[in-house]
Amino acid sequence: MSDPVEDEVFVLTVNGTLHEVACDRDASLLHVLRNRLGLAGSRFGCGVGLCGACFVLIDGHPTPSCDTPIWSAHGHSVVTVEGLGGAAGLHPVQQAFLDEQAAQCGYCVSGVLISAAALLADRPQPTEADVVAALDRNLCRCGVQRRMVRAVLRAADESRRP
Amino acid sequence: MKAPRHVVDNPAPRRWLAFHPDGTVTVRTGKVELGQGILTAIQIIAAAELDVAPSAVRIAAADTALGPDEGPTAGSMSVADAGSAVRFVCAAVRARFVAVAASELSVAPDGVTVTDATFAAPGVGRRLTYAELADRVDLDRSLDTDAEVATRATAAAGSADLMPARLDLPDKVTGRPRYLTDLRPAGLLWGRVVRPPSPAAALERVDPVEVEAMHGVVTVVCDGSFLGLVAADERTADVAAERLGGLAVWRELPTLPDEDDLAGYLRGGPSTTFVVDETGEPAAAVERRLSATYSRPFLAHASMAPSCGVARWSSDGELHVWSHSQNIFGLRAAVAQALAMDPQRVSVEHVEHAGAYGHNGADDAAFDAALLARTVPGRPVQVRWSRRDELSWAPFGSAQLVDLSAGLDADGRVVSWEADIWSQGHTSRPGYAGSPGLLAAAHLEGGDPLPPPVDPPPERGAGSARGAVPDYAFPARRIHGHRLDQVALRTSSLRSLGAFTNAFAIECFMDELAQAVGADPVEYRLAHLDDERGRAVLTALADRSGWAGRPRDGDVGWGIGLSQYKKGGWCGVVAEVEAVADVRLRRLVLVAEVGRVVHLDGVRNQVEGGAVQSASWTLKERVRFDTCRVTSVDWETYPILRFSEVPPVEVHVLDRPDLPSVGAGEIAQGPTAAAIANGLAAAVGVRVRDLPLTAEAVVRALES
Repeated sequence: MSDPVEDEVFVLTVNGTLHEVACDRDASLLHVLRNRLGLAGSRFGCGVGLCGACFVLIDGHPTPSCDTPIWSAHGHSVVTVEGLGGAAGLHPVQQAFLDEQAAQCGYCVSGVLISAAALLADRPQPTEADVVAALDRNLCRCGVQRRMVRAVLRAADESRRP
Repeated sequence: MKAPRHVVDNPAPRRWLAFHPDGTVTVRTGKVELGQGILTAIQIIAAAELDVAPSAVRIAAADTALGPDEGPTAGSMSVADAGSAVRFVCAAVRARFVAVAASELSVAPDGVTVTDATFAAPGVGRRLTYAELADRVDLDRSLDTDAEVATRATAAAGSADLMPARLDLPDKVTGRPRYLTDLRPAGLLWGRVVRPPSPAAALERVDPVEVEAMHGVVTVVCDGSFLGLVAADERTADVAAERLGGLAVWRELPTLPDEDDLAGYLRGGPSTTFVVDETGEPAAAVERRLSATYSRPFLAHASMAPSCGVARWSSDGELHVWSHSQNIFGLRAAVAQALAMDPQRVSVEHVEHAGAYGHNGADDAAFDAALLARTVPGRPVQVRWSRRDELSWAPFGSAQLVDLSAGLDADGRVVSWEADIWSQGHTSRPGYAGSPGLLAAAHLEGGDPLPPPVDPPPERGAGSARGAVPDYAFPARRIHGHRLDQVALRTSSLRSLGAFTNAFAIECFMDELAQAVGADPVEYRLAHLDDERGRAVLTALADRSGWAGRPRDGDVGWGIGLSQYKKGGWCGVVAEVEAVADVRLRRLVLVAEVGRVVHLDGVRNQVEGGAVQSASWTLKERVRFDTCRVTSVDWETYPILRFSEVPPVEVHVLDRPDLPSVGAGEIAQGPTAAAIANGLAAAVGVRVRDLPLTAEAVVRALES
């Protein structure tokens, strides 16, 4: 293992903005987001992609940013929890999480929202089984899973209304 | 109301309240937000007593320098203790404002009304606000803690007043900085600790020269078996810590027991035996005696975030710590003790982090940060643990074994009850047994090893014996505890302490007794239950769950569990369990009664979360180890319940406005485990008495 050397420049789009980052190529995308771009919404949970707290969308796919090296994000589009709502403010699923009060400590919530947003983009009217399957890579220790499933279904339901 | 104990300890209103010119009020509480929503409950209470809009009430983070000392945020005491303290302080301070307003308006104090933050009197045109009067109200003069204070009645449960949104959630759903790891004080440096590979390991040697030479590494700290470093950025800190770990040579010792014979370990002693209860004589002749033994393994907190601490030393030797500790005053005293400092030169400020379910690694990480930051005065240092360290070095919840024996009379009623509880102690919070109780303090050169964990005294709810005295009216009881004097693994408080295993054991045994005498589990419990609150919960539970119409055959079984927690809240649970290829939960129905409800949705969320976490412990969890090392160190080796395994959960709350508010956060732990185990027994026809209730455990039970 060599010393981390910030000798390479990587280009990626984060929440719609193009960023150039000079960085050690093996640094994680999570590190770059939190410590270089000031986006703390993606959380460190385990470092090996097993808990979902650091999920971001890479080209629309929920991906653990903790074990995604920055070199592999080069040239890609990343959306973090901060960017889910876009200019409109809150994404419907974020609003639904507030409406359902679907959190306790909230540490897992960013990653859960990323999984949920990807599901709703792919399947705007999911079944409950679809939601459970889509969130199954995310862990929650406080026991709020059922509220979160309800919130995702509520977001889908409200998006159907005129 | 009379002054609650925390007001007696902190009588100056300035510690609790500040009134601002813009009409807002800051409320300081000694309790901390753990994700349980306590700050929202405090906000509701303060707004009601001051009669201001909830949005005008700001809740400040707990801080040893500024706020009241209310001890640890633990044991389901936050609403009962901090809620009542804030209620008293706000009511008493409102009365001081009323007195000043009365003199301004030239009326008697009882002629002043307070409505929507405005003081007025009939027939007087002038109106006054908190902001206008604040200069003339003395907040430094201590409250009269012998006086009765009139408080306001709160609205009934279920009304919109009781369902305001949680204050902390907007930040959490939008990803704004909120957690300790998000804190970025100016000049922040990054610390990492390289922990020993096993509980009894000692550092033999390390040559850190090549790590010290790395670009971006500020310093390497090596003191006894405490090995760590400080770096200029987090990436460098991680790479350097990995390299430093590779250079360290440790001497390991095989000190851990056989993970498949925890019963032998817990019974093996030496132990301290203590009497929990020795009461009465059997009311009738014992015709029949039944016995059974139940157990749980060691459990991990397994918080979603690894523990974190941030610390900064000033150039003149004062220390400031940012921590997610549940007990910031206890942490301050422990840090001062460990470093032989005047506690007045240490301040601890609470910052939220991922959910805590007892004494986890928060205090240890804070002390790690203090040790590393000491090498770089003036610079704050953030230490964040690894997932591996979180799952192997944070204190565990103790394994526990419960032997139960009941004597039945000719009618099948319990006339005598015996219990022996075998466990490690359930607390080693900072300051326990005269020790700072901080992990790194034991690793420093010449540091004293951590003393064996203890149990809180009975008046604070006990530890291994918590919940050991059955809620039922058994005429003769003999209950003894046996706490190990030396321990293999560090344990401390984990949500409900010993009450989880005790309620699991008692409520499984009640089912076994009912079955032995051919009685319905609900009827059998009611026949022994005098407490009217317990009867109301059990009756409501049978009704809401559809108990009478439950299926009696097939692969699905229904089980029930009921328990009162620490003489406070009652919780009853029905679990529908399916056992085909695996043990699966199909539904949980809970009825909870926690006295006067302060925040109905908060109670529901806590009870549901407690039940789901308990289901995870019950079905899946077990700390694994070999002779030297803890081997359950990630989410694959320490699995917890996933979305696809969480059943629908119904929570029904019985409001009792006539009773004091008590905590809801721990009431579901024990009865949920029992309901699941009883449901499993109903589904498969054999009894599994040792947790977790895995498919392998069912197969073993079927084979034996």
